[in-house]
Amino acid sequence: MASRKVHITFPEDRIKDPVIYQIGHEYKVVTNIRRADVTEKTGWMDVELVGEAGEIERAIAGLKYKGVMVDPIERNIIE
Amino acid sequence: MGKILGLKCRECGKAYPAEPLHVCEFCFGPLEVDYDYEAIASRVSRETISQGPKSLWRYIDFLPVEKEATVGIHGGFTPMIRAHRLGQVLGLDNLYLKNDTVNHPTLSFKDRVVAVALTRAKEFGFDTVACASTGNLANSVSAHAAQAGLKCFVFIPSDLESAKVLGNLIYHPTVVAVEGTYDDVNRLCSEIAGEYRWAFVNINIRPYYAEGSKTLAYETAEQLGWRAPDQVVVPIASGSLLTKIWKGLKEFERVGLIHGVRTKVNGAQAAGCSPVATAFAEGRDFIKPVKPKTLAKSLAIGNPADGVYALQTARETQGLIEMVTDDEIVAGIHLLAQTEGVFAETAGGVTIAVLKKLVARGAIPREDVTVAYITGNGLKTQEAVAGSLGEAVYIEPSLEKFQRRFKLK
Repeated sequence: MASRKVHITFPEDRIKDPVIYQIGHEYKVVTNIRRADVTEKTGWMDVELVGEAGEIERAIAGLKYKGVMVDPIERNIIE
Repeated sequence: MGKILGLKCRECGKAYPAEPLHVCEFCFGPLEVDYDYEAIASRVSRETISQGPKSLWRYIDFLPVEKEATVGIHGGFTPMIRAHRLGQVLGLDNLYLKNDTVNHPTLSFKDRVVAVALTRAKEFGFDTVACASTGNLANSVSAHAAQAGLKCFVFIPSDLESAKVLGNLIYHPTVVAVEGTYDDVNRLCSEIAGEYRWAFVNINIRPYYAEGSKTLAYETAEQLGWRAPDQVVVPIASGSLLTKIWKGLKEFERVGLIHGVRTKVNGAQAAGCSPVATAFAEGRDFIKPVKPKTLAKSLAIGNPADGVYALQTARETQGLIEMVTDDEIVAGIHLLAQTEGVFAETAGGVTIAVLKKLVARGAIPREDVTVAYITGNGLKTQEAVAGSLGEAVYIEPSLEKFQRRFKLK
């Protein structure tokens, strides 16, 4: 099993969508929220995704398709 | 017990050993080096520092290394310029420029953080270092790795301009041009850092790497005659530099080297990549990522790792964070060069343009001792000003023609 730590940012028009729940159902990954701040306007979550490496990749692509931003936990590391 | 107590999570405070770790396993917050300040205070004084090497390593007691410096031993201790002419133009009587355009060996402030990161990486026993970069960081890691005899991998987006690739290749690292978007390169590097036992300077070595920026604050205080400035203006990319300059000033105060630190820490961003300045303006305490579109490439970080901490620092110190357009950035580069003879890269243009803006709106009073951080050399980003320069005056090789052309006769 692999795991990936990601930082997810929700734009305002996706705040009401239960994307973490959906991803857990649509892909064989376990989602584990470690820290989050979500308001009616926007929000972010630091989440661990656990599963087979390929399935994590697909889950991340699925998250992006749903309109949320997904970055590594380190955010942007290209300096 | 040495000066390093270990690492500590900036969010939940959980303690970790001083190893190549960067994320808290509990809350996923970033880790930071935790020092024994009593031990440091007991062995440093203005005299001991003054007698140290004329480099950033004169502050080794505040840096996260266990032994002596082995990499980048000539970095830092760059000039502090009393900027009379620029100050006159802007309306400041006590303006200084911290001039890292002449930092050794690769002409940017990155030589500070990389010197510390690679010295620490060698202490950890790494034989390979790496980074993901489009410019200054890659130059610095490549050069320092060459000097240290370390294997070096530099990851770049495949569409990076050839001149910037050349600046790395001369040091003979392995340059990996990743075909994909900026986000793809970013994600791949995060994965590689988790896969191999390499010192990825801005990932698993980041807690140590970032501490090198504090030396800008130490030098500022010492070069001002052991005092903190009233105002600083710092460019924001990841946000780390701004937070570490504040940390450095507070550390000097904590161990008694300076007193009464009330510095207002101001941040500078380009309007085309201003996630921190926008959050500041909107009163938010979190960062909304952006897609960068600015000529200030060295500041083009759309989802900055330390953006939240930069916000907190500016607010805590009653500083401001402002943004400027690309035209203002170019004008800032020109103004700095014309008045002080310093050719800065685009980040310097951002700093000067924001400084000008802050003075114009009355946020920086005329008498305040103000330091602007000029973090990289203009020779690296000549394309930024290429379209805004005058042309040479062409004349025939005759004294008469020369005199007539310039009305000297």
